[in-house]
Amino acid sequence: MGRLFENGNLELFRDGFLQTVELSALSALFALLLGTLLAAFRVSPVPVLRVFGTVWVNTFRNTPLTVLFFAVVFGLPRLGVHFDNFTFAVIALSAYTGSFVCEVLRSGINTVQVGQAEAARSLGMTFSQTLTQVVLPQAARTVLGPMSSVFIALPRNSAIAGAFSVSELYHFQQTMTDLGYGIFLIFFWVALAYLFLSACVALIFRFLETRLAVAR
Amino acid sequence: MTETTVSDSTAAPLVVLSGVNKHFGALHVLQDIDLEIRQGEVVVLIGPSGSGKSTLCRTINRLETIDSGAISIDGRPLPAEGKQLAKLRAEVGMVFQSFNLFAHKTVLENVVLGQVKVRKIARPEAEKTAHALLERVGLAAHAAKYPAQLSGGQQQRVAIARALAMNPKVMLFDEPTSALDPEMINEVLEVMRSLAAEGMTMVVVTHEMGFARSAANRVLFMADGKIVEENTPEAFFTAPRSDRAKDFLSKILHH
Repeated sequence: MGRLFENGNLELFRDGFLQTVELSALSALFALLLGTLLAAFRVSPVPVLRVFGTVWVNTFRNTPLTVLFFAVVFGLPRLGVHFDNFTFAVIALSAYTGSFVCEVLRSGINTVQVGQAEAARSLGMTFSQTLTQVVLPQAARTVLGPMSSVFIALPRNSAIAGAFSVSELYHFQQTMTDLGYGIFLIFFWVALAYLFLSACVALIFRFLETRLAVAR
Repeated sequence: MTETTVSDSTAAPLVVLSGVNKHFGALHVLQDIDLEIRQGEVVVLIGPSGSGKSTLCRTINRLETIDSGAISIDGRPLPAEGKQLAKLRAEVGMVFQSFNLFAHKTVLENVVLGQVKVRKIARPEAEKTAHALLERVGLAAHAAKYPAQLSGGQQQRVAIARALAMNPKVMLFDEPTSALDPEMINEVLEVMRSLAAEGMTMVVVTHEMGFARSAANRVLFMADGKIVEENTPEAFFTAPRSDRAKDFLSKILHH
């Protein structure tokens, strides 16, 4: 298959890998925060918040991620918002993944028995206390499985950022292809790196599932 | 009845419902309900299923909204959903048929949570109160367990401890023993009897006629969304006035 990791290519590979990890981790964090907030909106008693949550989810979940990247990278500067492309990528990925997180959490919220929320409200808890103390912790535990799918998809989705000059793993592939290395060799290593990341995310969720299982 | 001994400070009724109406769609589940519950009184609501007794109980802390009429607790009308209502709910303990213990929290945490989050009591003090209450309901040894590890009767006693931890002015029991195996009913009723004996104001929806006889000050018989009969337990069980009550009692007492 020939040599790939010569002339500093290994460093490029490593940098690309780390950039993908950084991009995915930051996006995962913001997607989780945003998704939780959106889910709270969607079950809120305030109609305006519910509408906002619904519109957000339907907009970002139904937009192809590449189109969303175009909109963020070329649209936001026109509105006077200027960031580097890495930040734009985090924004696009978080907005997109957040809508999936929201829907997964919301389905979890619907599995929590209504009596749990009634008991919390009867104790005098406010809506947000009921949600954060009683409903969401139980909802999150029941949806760890589907949630892991969302977060396994995230590092792979982040490859689109490579097309917007963020020097992550996919971008490494483009560089190597331009330098004339064998396409199968390049893709083998890039794929292996993504596989490794996905396996790590899956392991984290497996750990959480055994750790946080709720007996009912 | 013993209400002739009430003092001035407790002369005003604690819970007042006046002209309360509620519909579930076309079904008129509460029809012009007027009810006053005095401090320290134990009121038992009985009646056939679908008579509205659970709904009535749940309107008192506004888990069910009402269509018309007024409900006040300790002189204050029930506010609309929001912080004020949450504050008032903290004063009203609620025990459910299905226990509704927080499944992801230990028994101790179940009793601590409301104190810390709602009453803003410091954790060490809240835990002390929780341990004392668990001791009182006979479950001190189970503090570290999760609800699913307990029997139904034990869970319901924890639920009572959780409600008591808020130091409520009145306790609502919505069929607290209906989901229990027969041998566990008494352990829950014992806790409720001791509460009644200590002067807790209680509204109890139940099918336990023995409890109604021994612990209630007043029995309300409901049918078709109305309070059909209201009497002392002794008078109600020995000489029911209405045909509905006679019919109901004959069905549940003679088999």
